[in-house]
Amino acid sequence: MISLQHFLFIAAVLFCLGIYAVITRKNAIQVLIGIELMINASILNLVAFAKYDVINNNGQLFALFVIVLAAASVAVGLVIILNFFKRVKTIDPNKANSLRG
Amino acid sequence: MVEQIVFYVFAAIAILSGVYVVASQNLVRSVFMFFVTLLSVAGLYVFALADFVALTQIVIYVGGVLVMLLFVFMLSSKDSLDNIVNLKKEALSANRIPATIITIALLVILIYAILLVDFEQLDWIKSNKLLIDKAQTSNVHNIGVNIMGRFLLPFELISILLMMTLVSAAHLARKEPNND
Repeated sequence: MISLQHFLFIAAVLFCLGIYAVITRKNAIQVLIGIELMINASILNLVAFAKYDVINNNGQLFALFVIVLAAASVAVGLVIILNFFKRVKTIDPNKANSLRG
Repeated sequence: MVEQIVFYVFAAIAILSGVYVVASQNLVRSVFMFFVTLLSVAGLYVFALADFVALTQIVIYVGGVLVMLLFVFMLSSKDSLDNIVNLKKEALSANRIPATIITIALLVILIYAILLVDFEQLDWIKSNKLLIDKAQTSNVHNIGVNIMGRFLLPFELISILLMMTLVSAAHLARKEPNND
């Protein structure tokens, strides 16, 4: 029996890796990958707690919904990246400064 | 014992490949390494008795999201790849030192918070631990009943949301007729 804390440690490490990617990368696709890593860490938390929820399975159901929402957000995000690339000819998020006041 | 060894092997693969994804300077390699991370995280789900979520993760993430990522990457990065090859290594990623400080601080806070709680003593975990051994059947049946019962409204809402995503993605990605 693996204790709940080890799942949470792994999820914490994955979440921090995702944050590091989001802060440092200069490539919109890698920023998106960082966001996906963070979403995966949170799904791992949900699933780890759902291990002890045998009757209702609330955590696993929420994990399924989160996976679907993440897929939808990635679809829209990638289309936005494509549009951005069409306009600016780069996918560096630092170059997206035409809305700066 | 075997279960624990396999669990820690999966955990090590997930964390090491995650580090590679984050730290690699090669974009294509990091996208492909993300496959490995997602697959090993799906392996971890199995250890939390969530086999259906693990299968969903493999089908949706590895089959859908990553293929989409690679697709956009190949579409968009002909020029940016050439630029990146010419750049120096330091120029590829910025804010490294502040990012490291923020990340390590957050990790320390998270681990401290996790260590603070004694999960074995929580009431609902204690009462449910007895049920885990009895529940031998697969929980796919249970998930199906719950989705069609208590979670029917979110389930229908998510189908509408997916429809909206499909329409908006197709609308945003189209070629503008005026420019041609």
